[in-house]
Amino acid sequence: MGDLLGLSSTMLYVAFVLYIIATAFFGATIKDKGKGNKKSLSGKIGITLTLIGFLAQIVYFITRWIASGHAPVSNMFEFMTFFGMAMVLAFIVLYFIYRLSIIGLFALPVAIIVIAYASMFPREISPLVPSLQSHWLYIHVTTVALGEGLLAISFVTGLAYLIKKIDQTVRSKRTTWLEIVLYSLILFVGFSVISVTFSIMNYEATFEYPVDNKTLTSTYTLPPIAGPTDGELLTSDAMTPLFEAPAWMHGADAGKKLNTIIWSFITGSIIYLLLRLILRKRLGAALQPLLKRSKLDLLDEITYRSVAIGFPVFTLGGLIFAAIWAQIAWDRFWGWDPKEVWALVTWFFYAAFLHLRLSRGWHGEKSAWLAVGGFAIIMFNLIAVNLILAGLHSYA
Amino acid sequence: MKKIKCECGHVNPEGTVLCEACGKPIEGNQHIDGNDKKKLLNMRYDGSARRSQTYNKSIIDKTWNFFSSVKVGVWLIVITLIASAVGTIFPQQQYIPSDAISRDPAIFYEDRYGILGKIYYQLGFHDLFGSWWYMLLVAMIGVSLVICSIDRFVPLYKALKIQKAKRHETFLNRQRLFSETEQVSPEDIEKVKNRLKKQRYNVRDEDGYILAEKGRFSRWGPYVNHIGLIIILLAALLRFTPILFMDEYVWVREGEQIVIPGTHGEYYIENKKFTLETYDADDEKFKAAIEKQGGMIPSNFQTDAIIYKDNNADVPGAEPDLEKIIESDIRMNQPLKFDGYTLYQAGYQENEFTSMSFIIHETDDADEQKLDEFSISLTEPKAEYELENGFRVKVEEYFPDYVFQDGEPASQTNYPRNPAFVLLIYPPESDTPEVSFIGIGKNIDATGENKYKVSIQDFSMHNVSGLTVKRDYTLPFFIFGAAIFMIGVIQGMYWQHRRIWVNPKGDGLLVAAHTNKNWFGVKKDIEKAIEGTNINMVVDQQELEE
Repeated sequence: MGDLLGLSSTMLYVAFVLYIIATAFFGATIKDKGKGNKKSLSGKIGITLTLIGFLAQIVYFITRWIASGHAPVSNMFEFMTFFGMAMVLAFIVLYFIYRLSIIGLFALPVAIIVIAYASMFPREISPLVPSLQSHWLYIHVTTVALGEGLLAISFVTGLAYLIKKIDQTVRSKRTTWLEIVLYSLILFVGFSVISVTFSIMNYEATFEYPVDNKTLTSTYTLPPIAGPTDGELLTSDAMTPLFEAPAWMHGADAGKKLNTIIWSFITGSIIYLLLRLILRKRLGAALQPLLKRSKLDLLDEITYRSVAIGFPVFTLGGLIFAAIWAQIAWDRFWGWDPKEVWALVTWFFYAAFLHLRLSRGWHGEKSAWLAVGGFAIIMFNLIAVNLILAGLHSYA
Repeated sequence: MKKIKCECGHVNPEGTVLCEACGKPIEGNQHIDGNDKKKLLNMRYDGSARRSQTYNKSIIDKTWNFFSSVKVGVWLIVITLIASAVGTIFPQQQYIPSDAISRDPAIFYEDRYGILGKIYYQLGFHDLFGSWWYMLLVAMIGVSLVICSIDRFVPLYKALKIQKAKRHETFLNRQRLFSETEQVSPEDIEKVKNRLKKQRYNVRDEDGYILAEKGRFSRWGPYVNHIGLIIILLAALLRFTPILFMDEYVWVREGEQIVIPGTHGEYYIENKKFTLETYDADDEKFKAAIEKQGGMIPSNFQTDAIIYKDNNADVPGAEPDLEKIIESDIRMNQPLKFDGYTLYQAGYQENEFTSMSFIIHETDDADEQKLDEFSISLTEPKAEYELENGFRVKVEEYFPDYVFQDGEPASQTNYPRNPAFVLLIYPPESDTPEVSFIGIGKNIDATGENKYKVSIQDFSMHNVSGLTVKRDYTLPFFIFGAAIFMIGVIQGMYWQHRRIWVNPKGDGLLVAAHTNKNWFGVKKDIEKAIEGTNINMVVDQQELEE
């Protein structure tokens, strides 16, 4: 049993490393001479490595399934990892439709960031509570992840479109917004970097704090900048919090979550500033040359195509299968739980995207901005709703 | 209605932009689709005459035009989207946690979220999804769906049915993909025709004018999926009828047999046993996770139940004649179904008190020698107990779920979770009672002068199952609507409607193409079809414009 779990973790690690190497090869295709990426050697190596990485991740998935007795999609770590895997699958599908290496250069890093982010959550195999003991868990979660993976590709190509399209010679609203998007991605990197750093140092600080007449404890793995409301520090050699989480942030671990967010912002901001100092230009401007040879209308086409394929899959998994399961488990197929509402918000958003594009001619840059906005909503639903608005779906 | 006759001989309805048969732009109507300002024709609805673009006089016209606008539709979607998001800022009233100070929204929101919570409550956002204006928004989306669909589907259907292979030259050269070739041999044209057929195009040859068409049914996708959505909205309306939709909740104690609410006394349930199981904390596999979560991860909630049918249910006043129909367990994710009803394991209460037994002894007696004894059923306490040895006990006050609140004893709930009593003890042959207050861990003599004392001797406990009772005949409608929606979306999204026109012009040839999406795909098709001939490849005129 232990061996199987060990193998599983190793395979995930292997996949992770392979994705990084594959990204490098996709990057190398930019310098390839000759027209078309179809015959480029580095592109071929890139996609081969991606495929091997994907297989490794499937091995991770299957072995973990065998080890735990249920499909590994039942907590934050498992779900986010699976979401990363679905993104890679969506990328592979679209790569074989369009044979465009540049998607890999942007899609794989986003998948890598997602997987790295996932591994910062508890990785133990956890048992299924009664509400999750259903085959619909696998059906619902896998379809949602696949749908969201496809929609994530539209974000990736939309972002590439914007990086290429937006004029970087002068500072404008558009360059600023693009920087905000890139900066947000770096915040996830910041979260992973700081979490790894302090987990290597084995940092821990434990607090005791009251919630609704009960006393709870919370173990910080990052130095407490924000402590729990009315919390008392139990660990002797830890730093005392600079301030306490405001009282309206309610519930277990509210202070810890706030603290993690603060650290992510600090680290992410430092990384962003360092990059700006090294590059001496906006990140958007630094990335722009990578897209010199890509065609805008092809990127636009892929953005739309991935929404067109992803939207029905998302509807099926995120709304229809979700409703069927909710009917079986909670006796109502729709209950306005925050997670459900945000799935509806996502659905509304992409419905608006499609109507604007098909009926009102919102192509190109407008579509690209919408694709970025849609991904922001998806990430909000995956992260903020679970961690902040916690309803019935609360995971981590 | 003013009909418009085109030079090709076809008579078009009023408001037509492009002749339904030959596609020639109809003079005076080009502003409707904005064709007057652009080189390329707007092909969205094939230039057919839509009511919304044609009439704008009466109130009906104006209402129709309002709801048939995609712009209005998108605004409705965006407003509903934002409203929905607002509804998740704080929990909706049904999700006020059970450990909150109060489940009364008037108290809860302000208490927990301060001034913002108060505003949230006062704006009615605690029940946002049940508010009249949210329902109105959804209803408006529904109206918009219907009107948009009718406004476009009917004329588009007609236009695509009537279309001829022979097209007017201005129609062809104002398509996005177009090419003109001066000299083309008949063999080459034949070659192209066959290759298009091979690519599964439906090829029509009308006197040498060729129209190759593929996937027209994908054009109906949007209308099909809108029908699906309308069915879902109508199904939601059906829920307001009690015949089709019934939703009740029932608590059943272990050992209890009661009528199931919402079944008009026809069905009874007996709770044999409620079980809560947890994962073994020593389990190798889950040890780490269980430890991290502080132990006690439930693995099963289960009610072992028997369902009875009362055969005398229709006879007024008759004693129930119960017939056992099902004996089964009800577990989370495994509801129990019978005769159109479904029972769901929805809640539980552990360790409620069933009964308590007491003894009476003298206050000074250290040995607590029993003088008399009695027991109180906590589900059905009697007002007075006459005891064997002459004592009388009157239950003056009973608190099933005792708390000391605001300086007074009170009961938090009606469930016997922490019972306490004010008892009046009448000694034998006496009419002056002594007052005793007794509960778990409490035994108070208010006066301090009581001669007799009551002590708890024993108690028994039970669990209670909370079950949802549902009868929902609207579910098939929702499933049907959802299925239609999915079919429509897939039909519209995964297929494309492609048309390639190959029309002769003198010795030469005009080639034009249109698709509702995936222009790369149709270009590839044409490339394959004309390979090896001297027909010019179509040029993307939109790219040229940019």
